[in-house]
Amino acid sequence: MGKLLGVVLVVIALVSAYPILKNQYPLPEDISTHGHLIDEQLHDTMVEAGISFIGAQLVLAFFVWSFTGRKPGSPLKDLPGGARMLVIVAFVIVGLEVLALGAFGQKAWASVYFTPAKADSLQIQAQAEQFAFYFRYAGPDGKFGQIHPEKIDEGNQNYFGLDPENDVAARDDIVSGELVVPVNREIHLMLHGKDVGHSFFVRELRIQQDFVPGLDLSVHFTTTKIGKYEIVCTQLCGLGHYNMKAYLNVMSQADYDNWFKQQSAQ
Amino acid sequence: MSETSAQPAHVHAPPEGFWRKHVFSLDHKVIGKQYYALALVAVFTGMFLSWLMRIHLVWPAAKIPGLELMSKAGAPGGIMTPEYYLSLLTMHGTLMVFFVLTNAPFAAFGNYFLPIQVGAEDMAFPRFNMMSFWLTFLAWAVLMLAFVIPDGPPIAGWTEYTPLSAIGKDAGPGMQWGASLWGISIAIFCAASLLGALNFIATTLDLRTKGMTLMRMPLCTWAWFITSCIALLAFAVLLPACILLILDRHAGTSFFIPGGLVASDRLQPHSGGSPLLWQHLFWFFGHPEVYIAILPSMGIVSHILINSMRKPLLSAKVVIYSMMSIGFLSYMVWGHHMFLSGMNPMSALAFSFPTLTITIPATILTLMWLGSLYGANIQINSASLFALGFISMFVSGGVSGFFLAQPSIDIYLHATYFVVGHFHMVMGVASLFGVFTGTYFWFPKMTGRYMNEGLGKLHFWITFIGTYCIFMPFHYLGLVGNIRRYQSFVDDFMAPYIPLHKFITIAALITGAAQFIFLYNLIHSRFWGKPAPENPWNATSLEWTIPSPPPWNNFGDKHPVVYHDPYQYGVKGSGGDFVMQDSPEPAKGSGD
Repeated sequence: MGKLLGVVLVVIALVSAYPILKNQYPLPEDISTHGHLIDEQLHDTMVEAGISFIGAQLVLAFFVWSFTGRKPGSPLKDLPGGARMLVIVAFVIVGLEVLALGAFGQKAWASVYFTPAKADSLQIQAQAEQFAFYFRYAGPDGKFGQIHPEKIDEGNQNYFGLDPENDVAARDDIVSGELVVPVNREIHLMLHGKDVGHSFFVRELRIQQDFVPGLDLSVHFTTTKIGKYEIVCTQLCGLGHYNMKAYLNVMSQADYDNWFKQQSAQ
Repeated sequence: MSETSAQPAHVHAPPEGFWRKHVFSLDHKVIGKQYYALALVAVFTGMFLSWLMRIHLVWPAAKIPGLELMSKAGAPGGIMTPEYYLSLLTMHGTLMVFFVLTNAPFAAFGNYFLPIQVGAEDMAFPRFNMMSFWLTFLAWAVLMLAFVIPDGPPIAGWTEYTPLSAIGKDAGPGMQWGASLWGISIAIFCAASLLGALNFIATTLDLRTKGMTLMRMPLCTWAWFITSCIALLAFAVLLPACILLILDRHAGTSFFIPGGLVASDRLQPHSGGSPLLWQHLFWFFGHPEVYIAILPSMGIVSHILINSMRKPLLSAKVVIYSMMSIGFLSYMVWGHHMFLSGMNPMSALAFSFPTLTITIPATILTLMWLGSLYGANIQINSASLFALGFISMFVSGGVSGFFLAQPSIDIYLHATYFVVGHFHMVMGVASLFGVFTGTYFWFPKMTGRYMNEGLGKLHFWITFIGTYCIFMPFHYLGLVGNIRRYQSFVDDFMAPYIPLHKFITIAALITGAAQFIFLYNLIHSRFWGKPAPENPWNATSLEWTIPSPPPWNNFGDKHPVVYHDPYQYGVKGSGGDFVMQDSPEPAKGSGD
């Protein structure tokens, strides 16, 4: 039965690796300027993890095959080099891997989080609530109105709690259920949580960031491809969590300008 | 060999009467079995909930017979509502993490065997020990109460993130009383675990018999000892966190709730709290909890693998130091659960590095197991099959940790099925494989009877292959961006992957069904199994020097004396290829 386990282990290792090697489960298309860094890092890690996975399973399979069902009284042997050799191997190989992945592999993280958004980036505020996203643009005056939580009134579509009567900046704010952005322009997305924790995730954009009520968080990104992409919530937020979504609509600059004008006119 | 004790007084008197013997027992062995039984009830409940979830995921319109009896509101006409899916998800995670993965490998086996393996008559504080179990039982009962209250169980997941879990009924169904029951249950569980951990530590340090130096303790005893040290610090943080959560919910405090929140069209009467505080406190417990689940199984598997290989590990010391390093590092990595939580992005790198560093002791452990198999004479039985399966599963679940430890990759994989695949394999299934290994191996000691080997092997094959069929595809689904904790897949891009989800569900049903073979084997063998001798596996540690099942005071009126480390295999002894720990005959090294 030991031999059978050896065979099964080999089969499991190969069958598990096959879909990855054949790329049967590809990452979605990348539509951001920074996404390729994440994809490359993921690919490099897949190679390292894949070798460790297959290597360990095959060694286990080989030893189980070789050292079960031996004749009674067969001499016991110890691995040449013993524990000392294995500890050195672990420190050197895994240590180098850790250094490589940990220290040099954080370019993508740095590009998203360590560089501030450019001064001329387009500022948009995103609000997450049970179970919808709303997006707010500053309007032609370039200024956002203040949020007043006590004035939030979903029935009258005042999702952000604006006070246009007393707050001049709020009067021309544009509120949209869709995140409309111009292509090839940096977007500075400021996240506001209205009720509980949510998360903003666009697979193709390689951006995922939690909304934390009480914390003003932001992310910035530049899209590279026109199209419509799904925005989903990835932080468990209640019974409608699975259905909390909106769309990211990437347009040409001209189309975006038109859309902006139309919205401002309303 | 043993010598008469200089102290005839026993830790406690022999039990008399049904209640003292079987219910409110002070005997660590009875308490160990009680923990095991509770874990068994919890694991079958948790598995049943996962069946319901898997069926609902792929056949959302299916009427599940009897489901309406579980909850009329949660399953009108037998069809599960979205909120009831989340209730089941929360209860599945809570039952499995707390009442199975903490109870079975650590509290159950640790209670039963740690005192015997160090040569003690009982735990250091038998009354605390009894209290520890009954508090755990109370915690379980309080949690299960959530199934029967009208509000239903909470829907915030086993992590109960605030403010969702803190603002009460405005957060949704199950969040009024269900979430309170969760908080109370886990607070009680923490208190119970603290008592248990203190007991384990005191017993290990103070009650070792003559000759039982620390380095002569079996590896599983080491693992239970290290785990108790981790548990002492981890549960000591979750307990106050749960108390603060309960205060936020019922006393009007705002530890975890900031101002200006509007939920269910109501401005919440709170201000000044921080949702991130809960996440920090929760994960400061939560990550070490992963090691509370897996370390005991590492120890159990090492201990039993050596017996099956008929030769010691390349170095027991290296295994001990690796387990200690893992325990130590487990406190420096909690932030890797929070890369995208909005904490300072620089801290992501600070948490990423120690997370990746844990790979080093984990790799050393794996290499110790693998390297020791070389040149061995492996005996195949149900116990050793599960031990070998554990190594395979630990590697498979471990390598995916490489991805998630890196914040840049976590931007994409966070909250996908990749994460679910990772932790189910490495902390869930691997840990349970350790429990199965321990059960098949120690059953003859605990009952005086063998388990059925044929059924044990059948159980192994279905479970081993089935587990891969369930959890390996989770990783693929994560790569394409399948989000976890969704009760149905309404996104267009998911359509091509529904057949794979169906495959997973069928694999889960079959693998789950195989656990009933185990349950049958367990119950049947308890009463009608083949009688086993005192030391059926030719093992060396102290539990195999006493009758099966052991008497109430373990070693009678004697105190054993220990002469060797517990892994004197492959040597010529009077009984065969091994020398017992309490035998004065010469052996290979003292292990000091």
